[in-house]
Order: sequence, then C-alpha cells, then structure tokens
Amino acid sequence: MTINTLSQDGVQRQQMPCLTKMERMIISMQDPDMGIKLRNQRLLITVIPHKCSISDEEALHVGQLFVKYGYIYPLKEPRNLILKADDSSYRFQTPYYWMSTRWPASELDYAIYLAKKNIRKQGELIEYEKECYNALHKRINHTWDFVVMQAREQLRASKQRRKGDRIVLECQEQAYWLVNRPPVSPEHYKLTTLTKNTIIEHNRISLARNRVKSSICLESYVKYCEQYQPHDPIMQGCLPSNPWITDDIMFWNMNSETVALPTKLRVERWSFSFMELLNDQMGRKEFLTYLEKEFSAENLCFWQACEDVRHGETAKIPEKVDEVYKQFLAPGASRWVNIDSKTMEKTLEGLKRPHRFVLDDAQMHIYFLMKKDSYPRYLKSELYKNLLARAIVPQETKKSVFPFMRRQRHSSPSPALATQTAEDDGKAKDESR
Amino acid sequence: MCDQTFLAITFGPCDNCSQNKPLMNIYLKNEPINYCSLCVELMACQGLAKGETTNTLKAESESLKAKLEEERAKLHDVELHQVAEKIDALGQFVMKTRRTLKGHGNKVLCMDWCRDKRRIVSSSQDGKVIVWDAYTTNKEHAVTMPCTWVMACAYAPSGCAVACGGLDNKCSVYPLSLDKNENLAAKKKSVAMHTNYLSSCSFTNSDMQILTSSGDGTCALWDVESGQLLQSFHGHSADVLSLDLAPSETGNTFVSGGCDKKANVWDMRSGQNVQSFETHESDINNVKYYPSGDAFATGSDDATCRLYDLRADREVAIYSKDSIIFGASSVDFSLSGRLLFAGYNDYTINVWDVLKGTRVAILFGHENRVSTVRVSPDGTAFCSGSWDNTLRVSAYLRSSGESELRNILYNTV
Repeated sequence: MTINTLSQDGVQRQQMPCLTKMERMIISMQDPDMGIKLRNQRLLITVIPHKCSISDEEALHVGQLFVKYGYIYPLKEPRNLILKADDSSYRFQTPYYWMSTRWPASELDYAIYLAKKNIRKQGELIEYEKECYNALHKRINHTWDFVVMQAREQLRASKQRRKGDRIVLECQEQAYWLVNRPPVSPEHYKLTTLTKNTIIEHNRISLARNRVKSSICLESYVKYCEQYQPHDPIMQGCLPSNPWITDDIMFWNMNSETVALPTKLRVERWSFSFMELLNDQMGRKEFLTYLEKEFSAENLCFWQACEDVRHGETAKIPEKVDEVYKQFLAPGASRWVNIDSKTMEKTLEGLKRPHRFVLDDAQMHIYFLMKKDSYPRYLKSELYKNLLARAIVPQETKKSVFPFMRRQRHSSPSPALATQTAEDDGKAKDESR
Repeated sequence: MCDQTFLAITFGPCDNCSQNKPLMNIYLKNEPINYCSLCVELMACQGLAKGETTNTLKAESESLKAKLEEERAKLHDVELHQVAEKIDALGQFVMKTRRTLKGHGNKVLCMDWCRDKRRIVSSSQDGKVIVWDAYTTNKEHAVTMPCTWVMACAYAPSGCAVACGGLDNKCSVYPLSLDKNENLAAKKKSVAMHTNYLSSCSFTNSDMQILTSSGDGTCALWDVESGQLLQSFHGHSADVLSLDLAPSETGNTFVSGGCDKKANVWDMRSGQNVQSFETHESDINNVKYYPSGDAFATGSDDATCRLYDLRADREVAIYSKDSIIFGASSVDFSLSGRLLFAGYNDYTINVWDVLKGTRVAILFGHENRVSTVRVSPDGTAFCSGSWDNTLRVSAYLRSSGESELRNILYNTV
C-alpha cells in the first residue's frame, strides 16, 4: 500500500473498489422487478415516492455500510446515520450525490449549503454547523459574496419546483452533507466530556503544586555542572587517557570495582551526594566498614535488603519480606533497625499482605537517617580521609614513541561469563555434595 | 513519524449491559473498560452535571490552563542563559569517530550501552539485534527477531541479558549465553504485550523489571520472570515514542514523550501522571533526564530540543537554530550535564552547551538520518546509530598540539 491516497482523477484510491461494489448492489436493489419493494410515503398532503424498509441480520450490516457511505439515508432521524431493523423509512440517494461522482466535497459547496440553510431557517443552524459556518466564513472570506449569491439563487430555483420534489431534494442534500461533513458524532461528543473532566482534574492538581523559583533551579544546574566537570571525560579528558582515543584500557582497569586503591577523583565523587557513595560498589563497602565501627551496619544491610525486594522477582517477594522481618524488624531480631513507632506500625500492618512496596516507608526512613547522620560523619572520619590521601592520581600516558604502531585492542571477559561461571560453580558444588 | 491508532474498537460483551455489540475502549480513572456505544452515551450523560455542556467544560478547562501558565510564570524570575553568563564559554570541541561498527544489513534504529562501558547492543530494521564489544568492534552475539523494525533495545544492568521489540508489539528478553552453539532465540522470554508497536524499553534498577512504551499510547511496567503486568500508565492521547527513568534517590519516577507533543512524568508506584509539559510544536521523539534528575531534555520533530525543570514546573531552555530544519531524533547528556548531544534527521549530530544555550560543535559523518545517540556510562565516549546501517563511537580529542594530532591521525580506524 502506498502513501498516496488520491489517484489521478482525484478520487479516494482505496475506496474505489468498495464504492463500485456498493453501487452495483444499490442499483440492483432498485431494480423494479427483483429489487426492494418501494412504497409511497404520505406526508400530510404530499405523497413522496420510493421509500422502503429493511430486515434480516447480514442485510442489516450491509445496509449499515450503505447508510454510512451515503447511498441510503433515513427519513425519521436524518442526523442518526444508522440502519434500524424496524419499520422506519429510508430512501435511496440520487446518483448525483454518490461518493464516486461528487468526491471530494469542497468547502465552497459546503459553505453554499450552510448559507442556504441559514437563510431558509433564518439563522437556526445547530451548534457544530454554526462553528463550521463561522470557520468557513473566515477561511474563504474572499469568495463569500459568491457563496451568498449562489445560495440565494439555488433557493429561488427550488421554490419553483413541486413541493414533493423540493422536500426530496432537500433531504438528499442534507443526507449528503451529513455523510461528508459529519457532525462531532454523539458518542465522540460525550466521550470528550469524560476526557475533559479528567483534564480539568489534572489541571486543578497542577495548580495546587508547590513550585520553586527559576533562579534557584537554574543555579543548581550551574553548581552541578561545575562540580562534575572534572569527572566528565568529554569536558576535561580522563587520566591516564581516554581508552577510545589511545587504545589503552588503563582507565577502566584503574576504576574497576575490585581494584586495591581507588583513584582520587573517584573517592572525591563519594562526597558529592549520598547516592554517589551508594552507587559505587567500592564506596558502599567502605561505608559498611565505617558503619560496622559505629555499630549501625544493620541500617545499610536493611536498606540493601529492601532494594532487593523492590527490584527483585515478584514470585520471591513474600519469602524475601519474611526474611527481612525476621532479621531486621521482629522484636529481638539479631539486626534490629531503629524505626519510629508510627512507621513500624504501618509496616507491620502491611506485612500481613506483602507486596513490592510494603517496605518502602521503612526503607525511606532508614535511608534518610543514614543520609543525615552517618554519611556526613563518614566524610569527616579518619577512614575516609585516609583513603582520600592514599588514593592515586594516575599519570597522563606519555605519547607513543613510535607513532605508526597501533596498540593491540584486547577483549575483556563478558559480564555474561561472570554469572555463567558462578552458575557452573554452583552446579559443581551441588554435584560434589 | 506515526499515526494515531489509539482507539481500538472490538466486538464482544459490553462490561455494563453484557450485550454482544461493537465496543469502545475507554478509560475511567486510568482503568481500561469496554463499553458499547450506548452505555458510553448514557454514562457520559451522567458526567455532565446540571447546566453543564461540553462548551462550559471546555471553557473551564481553558481557563484552568491559562491560570496554570500564569502560576508557572510568576516564579520565573530569570532565564538560564542569564544565570550562565558568569561561566566561561566552552572552547572548540573536536570530536573524532574512533570506531565504526559495520554489520547491520539495514537501518540501525536503537542502541544501548552495557554497564561495563564498552559493550553495546543495537537493533535494526532487518530484525537483527547484535551485541558488540565496541572497543574491539567484535560482534559477540546476534539474534534474529521474528519481526522487522526492531525499534527498541536495552541492555540489562547485570550485562547478562538484552531486551528488544518493535513491530511485533512485544518486548522479549534474551539471556546472553556464551555457548556458541546455543541458539539465543531458543531461550527467548516474551515479557510485554501491547496492542501496537513497541517504541522504547528500559530495565529498571535490576534485571527483573522492564518499563515499556508503545504506539498504543500507553507505558507499562512488567515483571520479567512471570511476564505479569505490574502497572500501566495511561494519559497520552497518541503514540508514546520514548521514555527515561529518573536517576533519583527514591527511584520512583520516569518521563515519557509522545506524538501528542506532551512530556509526562509518572509515578511508577501508583501509575499516576504527576506532571505534564506541553510546549513542543510537534512529536517528541526522545526524552532524557539531566544527570541530577531535576530536569529532562526532549528532542522533537519541530527541530528543537528543550529543557524542562521539574521543580520549577516549566520549560527553561530551547536549543534551536534557524539553520536546523530537520527534527531531532535522539538526545543525551554528557556525564556532567554540561553538554547535550542531539542526533538529527539531516544526518548530523549537534552538541549544545546546556547552560548557555549555544551550539558548540556539529558532527558530520553519517550518510543518513541519525536515529539514536547515547553517551557511555562513564562518559568517555558516545555512540550514534544511523539509517546508513552503521554505528559510530566518537570521543573528544583534546588537540593539544600538532604532533598529537598527527599521532591520532595515524592511529585512526
């Protein structure tokens, strides 16, 4: 299927096969011998020829499509383009108004139609028609005189027809425009009410939100960028050298998780925020060592266990939560954590029906406790200061003596291997038991 | 870049009247329900209180929006570039392409870095997902997906699995095995199921949960082991094209951007839309958090990138130029957040000074649209994937002398 929807003569491409099929059916339906029986409708004094009604499931469905595309239109409720399986009346649309003959429905024609309606009913267009009328008036203002003139002419011409013909023609035209310029349909109309309500709700909540002054927010970016600039390899390069430029992976080796002595930049970064310290495995280990000295290591262990619950497998949550309770929360537990009574009560309540976030409040409490208390003291501690003093500042790699020699790029063990060997070890252990 | 395929009408028993009818999928209080059109009408009529019409509701909605803009503007006392005046301007940035990864048979659509800072996973239109060691340019794994246009791929935090998806409406997780004989596709785990294409996926802090966004207008959080839907996020009125997780302490929010020009911030626990920003003039193709988590940047088809602050609740910077006509497909920050790398549909990558709002470099080299740009986890390099079937890893070359430049030239790939 191509993107182009219009063929050379301007008709909607994908619709043509459907339209021709439909039209063939419509024509055969109107066959005087084999087609649908038509009756005359009595409309007060006038007699309107050629109406019919419908029954049967599939016929109903096919008929629905006919109505949708404007080949048949209902008489009682013209705005409701549905085919009903009862006695209501319908009429066949004249070929003049068929989609294949008069597509696309131009704005000019629609404007003339609305203008006619306006004049005839003396300004009693319905809601959406009024909107369309005004929009068109703005859009094709330059042709407005022509539009009004045409409307008047057509009205005058129609007055000279017989009343029956006039009514039929009006119905046909109305049906045509209902199909080609559908009003905001009733369902959609009502649906937008629903979405509007939620939007209004959302806006009300947003209005009530606490906002911070721009100056404060923007200053924070400046501070952040300044603080992290020495750590940004793209801004200031990295020592000993950028592995991608010099093909030397010393930088990665020196900053790996299991290195003996960390680099100075790395240790400095732990002082930027508590999150930086926790995100670095080595930092976490160091912090744990410090906490052990302070006899508050259970806080960090509890926090880690909660993280495991939050991000772990859903199936294992109940047993993990149970473990956490036994180790950290139960009265007399081996590593009891100090949470305020309100949070403890709430958590214990929630433990009856354990879910992923049941430990969130307690975890938050402990996190902020560590952040406000233990963390600042750690940064002032001898442990940290010693490490900072011992930390390495790597030498910048000297430029290669032989510029033509390309360094070997060594591959590194895949992270997938690490877990596989662990799995294999585990299997071996199981087997040797 | 998309078409709106949001409302899916199906046939079946209505949730309200239980009759078999054509159904409309609507959302009430973020719950999807299926009502027949008649029940929808009846219910919606109740939505209108006495004297209300959609016009009055519309008016109220508009006035609230205007008030909201007023409130936001009240606290806006300074512009970003004014605050940035006191900082030194950045010098010339010479970025050199250090690796070119060739191997995809068709357009590269997405890529992600592994936490080991050298491996990447990339996906392309031909249905192939390849895991490379970008440092040596070796291909380590390759998976052929059953569909074309694999628009999303992500590396697991442990480095042991990759997730990918696209036109198959699913997100699948492949554990990476080192056994050469093993067919990776055999161990595939189907995790997410959407009703339209998958536009973006990301692991949360562990291998066990995946966040996805889709062309059906929703985002969703899934449990990998069971494939269970943990939370869904409704609020976009068109395709959602991108999402990013917040690097915050509590780790509970993420931002998504879509074809409805909106960027929404969500709470992962409750599924609520916490904040919403709508200043772009066209589809938002990519969203990325600032490293501190207080702001995020967006790249859009209207050829601009914008910075939104979460605490000030407003847009604080626009990165655009008259000479940039084509949309930005992808954005990412450098480690310090000072630089914003943006890949555009005019085959270039523009590097913006986030604070001053100026462009500091423009990178050529790709021969077709740049579809994805990602900075490596330690900030040493950035990788760009393009519709010219290649990926390029580039790094900043500090030209401190001609001899060094000559050095590097002879060592170039």
